[in-house]
Amino acid sequence: MIVSFKVNGEDRVANVAGAESLLTVLREELELPGSKNACEQGECGSCSVILDGALVTSCLVMAADCEGSEVTTVEGIGSERELHAVQQVLLDHGAVQCGFCTPGFVVAAAHLFEQDPHPSNDEIKEALSGNICRCTGYGAILRGLEALAGEGS
Amino acid sequence: MEITRPTNLAAALEARADDPGADLLAGGTDLMVEVNFGYARPEHVIALRRIEEINRIENGRIGAGVTWARLEESPHRALAQLSRTVGSPQIRAAGTIGGNIGTASPAGDGLPWLAAANAEIEVASQARGTRRVPWSDFFTGVKRTSLEPDEVIVAAVVPDDVPENQEFAKIGQRSAMVISTVAACVMRDGNGSVRVALGSVAPTPVRAHQAEQLIAENPEPSEAVLEEFARTVAEEVSPITDHRSTEAYRRHAAGVLARRLLERCLAQ
Repeated sequence: MIVSFKVNGEDRVANVAGAESLLTVLREELELPGSKNACEQGECGSCSVILDGALVTSCLVMAADCEGSEVTTVEGIGSERELHAVQQVLLDHGAVQCGFCTPGFVVAAAHLFEQDPHPSNDEIKEALSGNICRCTGYGAILRGLEALAGEGS
Repeated sequence: MEITRPTNLAAALEARADDPGADLLAGGTDLMVEVNFGYARPEHVIALRRIEEINRIENGRIGAGVTWARLEESPHRALAQLSRTVGSPQIRAAGTIGGNIGTASPAGDGLPWLAAANAEIEVASQARGTRRVPWSDFFTGVKRTSLEPDEVIVAAVVPDDVPENQEFAKIGQRSAMVISTVAACVMRDGNGSVRVALGSVAPTPVRAHQAEQLIAENPEPSEAVLEEFARTVAEEVSPITDHRSTEAYRRHAAGVLARRLLERCLAQ
């Protein structure tokens, strides 16, 4: 079955076989492996994407139901030449350990800052509560994002 | 696999009538876990998220397609409270109250609130139109409901007399992102009578009618009555021991939780 949708601003067409997830299609068909596959049950947040404006876990989105949707993956956030502010503060604060969870954190944090450039510390924690870092490197992630939230306020 | 993506309710009901075996897909937070782990292999999916009629919140009526993220802003205090405890922000942005009702897990976070509110579940089919089923007739067992194969859940209908004074809480193995071992909702109306509903302690959500009766007779309960209230709740529920908890713990926790919520209502 052919599914047409927008990914990172570009019209894309995927050939979907069955009930597979958006995550599977992004990684295996559309050559966008930034969204990571870990728990496959919406618990870990490493596959987070923005779907029609909402932050969701792409492992729980049925790809066949994405017809006409707009998806932003981590590949659509910042560029190699110009990092997104969230990416820059994570770099500056050494907020990456093994790096596997980082794409999910970047997407979740970028989504938060798009809605509110100056979230409180609690709001940052709440917004990232669906993203798990198994290196437990939360301290640096939070310090980086708290610094970003304080900028220009 | 075939997918039907109706944009209105009539088209969804037609698809359901044509293929009563089709799987219904709302937020995907239940169905896709089954798919990812190989427990479900849908042949035909009817995707519901484009149906505007079920995505509305109206006076006394919550559309089945309304997400937890939206219900976090509900004027019903306990509904907002429980919506904030469902999964993570990502899950709350996708998961719907209709999905919670349709899955009918004993641990469904929305179900104790619906039980305390005396909600009706509005369902529709092409052949028989719309019918409203009291929550207690809708939930028939563990992940079992009285939804017919040609029907679709349309809304939760909330009566006007739902008390404003209402509280929800749940217990799990940690404080976030966890499936409840016990969930409870208590509502207290202006006359001092209370409604006590519990989840995860029986195959379906349940009301603790004897405990409610006790408070009806003692609307300003003493410490001794509160203790009896907790004991009565613990006796009324019928939990099991499973990988998440034990029968004894769930019984005890149900009483503690219900009493705690009652005390919060009494302090209002």
